[in-house]
Amino acid sequence: MHKQSLACDVLVIGGGPAGIAAACCAAESAQRAILLDDNPALGGQIWRGKANSQATRWIDRARQAGVQIVGGAQVFAVSAREDRRTVLAQTETPEGLCTVQCERAILATGARERFLPFPGWTLRGVTGAGGLQALVKGGWPIAGKRVVVAGSGPLLPAVAAFLKTHGADVQLVAEQAPWSRLVNFGMGLALRPAVAMQALMLLPQLVGVPYHAGCHVTAAHGARGALTAVTVRQGERTWQVDCDYLACGFNLVPNLELPVLLGCAVQDGFAAVNEWQESSQPGVYCAGELTGIGGLERSLIEGQIAGYAAAGESGRQRARALFARRRDLHTYATRLNHAFALGDALKTLASADTIVCRCEDARRAQLDEIAPGSWRAAKLHTRCGMGACQGRVCGPSLSFLYGWPIEATVSARPPLFPVRLETLAATGQQEPNQHETTGEKR
Amino acid sequence: MAELITLTVNGVAVRVLEGTTVAAAVAIAGQPFTRRSATGEPRAPLCGMGICFECRVRIDGRADARSCQTLCRPGMEVRTDA
Repeated sequence: MHKQSLACDVLVIGGGPAGIAAACCAAESAQRAILLDDNPALGGQIWRGKANSQATRWIDRARQAGVQIVGGAQVFAVSAREDRRTVLAQTETPEGLCTVQCERAILATGARERFLPFPGWTLRGVTGAGGLQALVKGGWPIAGKRVVVAGSGPLLPAVAAFLKTHGADVQLVAEQAPWSRLVNFGMGLALRPAVAMQALMLLPQLVGVPYHAGCHVTAAHGARGALTAVTVRQGERTWQVDCDYLACGFNLVPNLELPVLLGCAVQDGFAAVNEWQESSQPGVYCAGELTGIGGLERSLIEGQIAGYAAAGESGRQRARALFARRRDLHTYATRLNHAFALGDALKTLASADTIVCRCEDARRAQLDEIAPGSWRAAKLHTRCGMGACQGRVCGPSLSFLYGWPIEATVSARPPLFPVRLETLAATGQQEPNQHETTGEKR
Repeated sequence: MAELITLTVNGVAVRVLEGTTVAAAVAIAGQPFTRRSATGEPRAPLCGMGICFECRVRIDGRADARSCQTLCRPGMEVRTDA
């Protein structure tokens, strides 16, 4: 069994924009920095599989700054050492166990899509919106396929345009938020030309796809386990659309497992941080979508602030210089999240026999029996959240359906992901004092 | 230009571009499903980013590998469970 033990000043977990920016700024502030990511390549979901020039610039900058990048590393446990001054992360890489001990940690684990259950959502062909985009980036054949893009959020038009350019026959975009709220949001943006949101909303039209607001899918229909059509509702009108794929996601939710495991406070569904992006746990910083959903620019700024701040006094001046920009981006994010807030109609989509937990096949009726209930009661009575995904899919959906705080549905217990037995066994054989050091302290 | 690599899905050879995920290779091979659920429903990928575990398959004998997070390698043996 291969084992690797690393040590550094600043450990960054998550290789999306926030994490890359954080690692750059920490390393440029004379910190030995390690960047861990679970994907084969850096970039997070937004820069996945695309040599975008902005992404390349940031990744090159990280390399030049001397950041040690460990890819394909799934963090399955993280703990504060007894002295409370160091954090230990345990990861599984294709080669085996890799542990990293650090003085300070920056968590940038990003967000995932929120899924909501509706009849037929377990059929083949029903995917996330960003999910289908990610699959296509990985080579999934989409050319010539009929796709309905649905759910909510600024991601939908971008996904529709992306799929169209990859040869998909996109039938329509169904955005659940009403036009009135989208228009208000767009008007607010007129004062902020830097944000290209309006252009984004126009994207589907530009490529010839109808964009319906105040519109959602009520059911997916299939044959032999695969999707053939969806029923769409807009106001009082319902109609059916034949399709091979339904790319459907309802905004984003943060991946809170690591911060919760480290005891970081969560407020209003996101990791709570101070002006330095530091969580309630001293020495543990959070940046990007963990602290709020607000897009690429916001993640880059927060990552930079966290990276500089984690370097100590020397970096704080540079962090402070970014505060004004962050404030602007937070204002924009608040408007955005208001515009795309989920409507109550979505709570009634799942019927009694609709599966709500795809790992354990728990159905809506079983949850309604214990309603309003709690995540704990759901687990005990229905096995909801007890399967392989550990509630990552059903937790946020049930949180919306039954009004449970989202942090209450986070299963923060190691191992955070299923790992091989030999990896777990190797954690017991760790030599705590034998760490390879990485990089040169400047 | 990315190179073509050959792997097998349920014993049938399939050629894909380098950089293709196993999830995509399973679809290209014409296999609609990756696994069966607790009650026997066939399932296919949902999230595309390693969260939902619907895409898990057996890769080179190792069970429960997330196919959307795994890149194809030459000679890989992939088995679906559906």
